Amino acid sequence: MSLARDMMTIVAVSAGAFFFLAGTVGLLRFPNTLTRLHALTKADNLGLGLVVLGLLPQAGSLRGGLKLISIWLLGLLAGATVSQLIARTARQGGPAP
Amino acid sequence: MSIATVFEIVLAAVVLGLAIWTIAVPETYSATVGFVAYGLLVALIWVRLDAVDVALTEAAIGGGLGGVLLLGAAARLRNADPTAVETPCKLVRLCAAALSSLIAAALVAAILLLPDPAPTLAPAAVAKAWATGLANPVTNVLMAFRAMDTMLEKVVLLLAIVGVWSLASDPAWGGRPGPRHEADPHGVLAFLARLLPSVGIVVGIYIFWTGADHPGGAFQGGAILASMWLLVVMAGLTDTPPVSSRRLRFILVAGPGLFLVVGIGGLCLGPAFLAYPLALAKPLILGIEVAMILTIAATLGLLLAGAPERSEQR
Repeated sequence: MSLARDMMTIVAVSAGAFFFLAGTVGLLRFPNTLTRLHALTKADNLGLGLVVLGLLPQAGSLRGGLKLISIWLLGLLAGATVSQLIARTARQGGPAP
Repeated sequence: MSIATVFEIVLAAVVLGLAIWTIAVPETYSATVGFVAYGLLVALIWVRLDAVDVALTEAAIGGGLGGVLLLGAAARLRNADPTAVETPCKLVRLCAAALSSLIAAALVAAILLLPDPAPTLAPAAVAKAWATGLANPVTNVLMAFRAMDTMLEKVVLLLAIVGVWSLASDPAWGGRPGPRHEADPHGVLAFLARLLPSVGIVVGIYIFWTGADHPGGAFQGGAILASMWLLVVMAGLTDTPPVSSRRLRFILVAGPGLFLVVGIGGLCLGPAFLAYPLALAKPLILGIEVAMILTIAATLGLLLAGAPERSEQR
């Protein structure tokens, strides 16, 4: 049982790390603000979500697991809000996109 | 070499690189962003050193509130005239470089000459933990064994806010700090400012409450409460209170005031200044901490809001 849990952790955290890597590459390589935001939100939402999913079997207690999930939810809320604000500023002719 | 050691070496290298980049980069905005990331990475180092209390404070102050303060300063500097910046002459720069190298060398020497093992009072603090009824040794040191330092630190916070307020121009004195923020009342920021404080206030109070037995405490909790208040102010949902408000000033002095009253009580009724009676130690510490979290939240929020800019009668 412990092996299955560890396997799930390794697979999910590796997948999350891949999304973070892909998001970072996109942030550095994409041509303008909106596409860069698109890349970044993949890292934030999916990457962090998969890392949290992978850590859940290791949390040990229900309380620890709920804390991990609420970190992901707060990350989602912050990421979604900030990318909306940046995108709006970029469209309203702030710094050149 | 274990994975943990490799991680620590990489982390230390990234922090050093980021620190050099923050100093070297010419734009103030990039330097600010670098500094915020630097604060978060330093918090990770504190976690690796098992100093979670310090890590929480570093993340909240160095990465969070300090970052907001620096971003505001960078935004003001952007509007300033860039040609007004004068470059100091070569001799001054040479002297500054020599002085900096000397300080760096002195720090290196001090660290290399530290006795091994370093002198520590940690075992004594852990051995006496029963006296207060709190399980977190950091809270014990801050609130009981070295309570004097914590009290004076709160007085310093009060002096800092007086310093910021004294930058106000004469007509604005007693008025509201900072500009009035205007945002779309149906926009994203207003939505976040309505949603997040309900979570943030609970988290702030939880961090404060859990500080008795686990990492956390009034300072970290107060920083979270202050950031929630600032979010609501920035979204334009509420305005900063005028600094002449009596209620506000009462909150600002509540923490150090109660601390002082308890301290003098210890001097009059007990053996020494700030000596808690054993049976009442925990309730007294909790009471002081409740007053302190209010003071800290109000002080940090007002420090970031800035000097009074608008007089009350407009």
